[in-house]
Amino acid sequence: MKFTGTDTYVTTDDLNMAVNAAMTLERPLLIKGEPGTGKTLLAIEVAQALGMPLFEWHIKSTTKARHGLYEYDAVSRLRDSQLGVEGVAEIRNYIDKGPLWDAFDCDQQAVVLIDEIDKADIEFPNDLLQELDRMEFSVYETQETIKAKHRPLMIITSNNEKELPDAFLRRCFFHYIQFPENETMEKIIHVHFPEIKQQFLKEALDVFYSLRDVNGIKKKPSTSELLDWIKLLLVEDIDADAIKADSSKAIPQLYGALLKNEQDVHMFERLAFLSRRQG
Amino acid sequence: MFVDFFYELRQLKIPVTIREYLMLLEAMEKGVCDANVDDFYYLARSALVKDERNFDRFDQAFGLYFRGLERKSAEFFDDAIPDSWLRALTQRVFSEEELEKLEKLGFDELMEELQNRLAEQDKPHSGGNKWIGTGGTSPFGHSGQNPAGVRIGGEGGGGSATKVWKNREFRNLTGEVEIGTRNIKVALRRLRKFVREGAEDEFDLDETISSTARNAGLLDVKMRAERRNRVKVLMFIDVGGTMDPHVKVSEELFSASKTEFKHLEYFYFHNFLYERVWRDNRRGRSEFLPTWEVLNTYSSDYKVIFVGDATMSPYEVTEPGGSVEHWNDEAGAVWFQRLIEQFPDTVWLNPESPERWPQTMSTQLIYKLLGGRMFPMTLNGLDRAMDTLRKRNGSTLQPIRSH
Repeated sequence: MKFTGTDTYVTTDDLNMAVNAAMTLERPLLIKGEPGTGKTLLAIEVAQALGMPLFEWHIKSTTKARHGLYEYDAVSRLRDSQLGVEGVAEIRNYIDKGPLWDAFDCDQQAVVLIDEIDKADIEFPNDLLQELDRMEFSVYETQETIKAKHRPLMIITSNNEKELPDAFLRRCFFHYIQFPENETMEKIIHVHFPEIKQQFLKEALDVFYSLRDVNGIKKKPSTSELLDWIKLLLVEDIDADAIKADSSKAIPQLYGALLKNEQDVHMFERLAFLSRRQG
Repeated sequence: MFVDFFYELRQLKIPVTIREYLMLLEAMEKGVCDANVDDFYYLARSALVKDERNFDRFDQAFGLYFRGLERKSAEFFDDAIPDSWLRALTQRVFSEEELEKLEKLGFDELMEELQNRLAEQDKPHSGGNKWIGTGGTSPFGHSGQNPAGVRIGGEGGGGSATKVWKNREFRNLTGEVEIGTRNIKVALRRLRKFVREGAEDEFDLDETISSTARNAGLLDVKMRAERRNRVKVLMFIDVGGTMDPHVKVSEELFSASKTEFKHLEYFYFHNFLYERVWRDNRRGRSEFLPTWEVLNTYSSDYKVIFVGDATMSPYEVTEPGGSVEHWNDEAGAVWFQRLIEQFPDTVWLNPESPERWPQTMSTQLIYKLLGGRMFPMTLNGLDRAMDTLRKRNGSTLQPIRSH
């Protein structure tokens, strides 16, 4: 079973290699890259392409490592004990399984997505070392050990907000999704808009890349923004010439999809004004 | 078999460990990659390098090692040199017309011709570059250096990976680059001190259980305040004059600190600290704040960050009346000394590159005043500055249990 991208997700050779290496060696795969380059989507697509169940675990700043394993709902047990609810003696009834437990329990190899691991506290990845390494953990409340039936493929994404600890990194394969070049980008767009005209695509990409090249722009538009923008252009039925004509005025049609920062929009309006005056 | 490569990486200060090296070997053993340099490059990078900032160094090491390898031992590749490499070689050696003719003859003949051509060209230059050929099917040999500058194995399949490590595409991602706000925040986070304060809106399980138990089993829910960052920072920012080229990076640092520190007070100064600073840069320099007031208002557990290029005439530091803007009765150094005494945790971030520091006398003076706590305004420098600030504290601000 080898992953080589899907109909809806274009991959590069190095990404395929990283996924396959992680899968063969059953080690976690850490994915970094600019926002909007499809880090989270990768796990979903891998699961779909290889027919594996997917368990998602989205990390917040307050997430603790044990939330991924299980949570013991002490409060409802206390409440139930007072109300005399049946089954209160059985502690298992009050243990909520987390995504990792679910994945360990799965009858086939599963994909686990740990999304934006850098959002959590600095110590979070360290707390997961044992689980990632041995793929087992013990449940304190019931004194049992949960061991993975099949070691799942862990895909972990990070936005680089925090540095991850070395001990954690040593256990992972690593891939940095680079911003796609023109060629790859064309493929990606074709996947999403198969009917798109070549001329139209070329113009749109020209505008897009020149926008990214502008110095001093605060938030560079990313792939997902480009896709939104093209969708808008198509819906509004703007033809290739119009995009081009407009780009000479420095501010693209429907720029709201591409520029998400007020200061960037202002800057572009200024640039547009200048170029109109010169022209 | 890649032990040399491993050490090469370590020599270039890429933090690879034996564990990762073994992981790479395991992957090779399990046949994750074919005998193909591109694949190997991808696999090795993915297994050994865990930070995109090190990609560039990895590319260098990879290039270095494999070039050396090509020189040293053709046996390494054994007969793993794929046809496509040789084809790439032919494209370099023959002209297009020749190639077209030869292509028709078939691969074996092409290789034979290639071998002849290389041998032929090799003679006048000489120097032990031998080609071991047996009837044109395996034209590989030691020291694949030929006069055209093409080495066997040099053109690793012409794939994109070759391009990557030779072009060193990741050069931009190496450590000492300019810093974006996100990165600054990460660096500033090192200063965090957690304290529980404010509204009690977090469920406290431990406390609830024990209080419920004490309550004879009647549920008694306890809440507690969330943990918050409570480090206190004063920032002094140099504006105008020589700082103009550094406006952008100062701005970034400033906006990052604003979101990261809740207790942040900032002041502006020109060139150096004297008896007055100001708080609002836009309103010109009309509303001054006496430096005494700053010294008396804030307790010494505040951490002080100076941002400035420390580039000025030395008199501005050492002499009364040295300021370029006004007459100062006391020398800047005196004021600075006072400030350091009040706030022991003081660092200076300097956007000028450290190579210039020794050449600027004023920088040297301030560096000495600070006892060396001046850092370049790069991520690395910021990290070290924050470390310094963090390590020096402790006496005044009790670290709070993080739990």
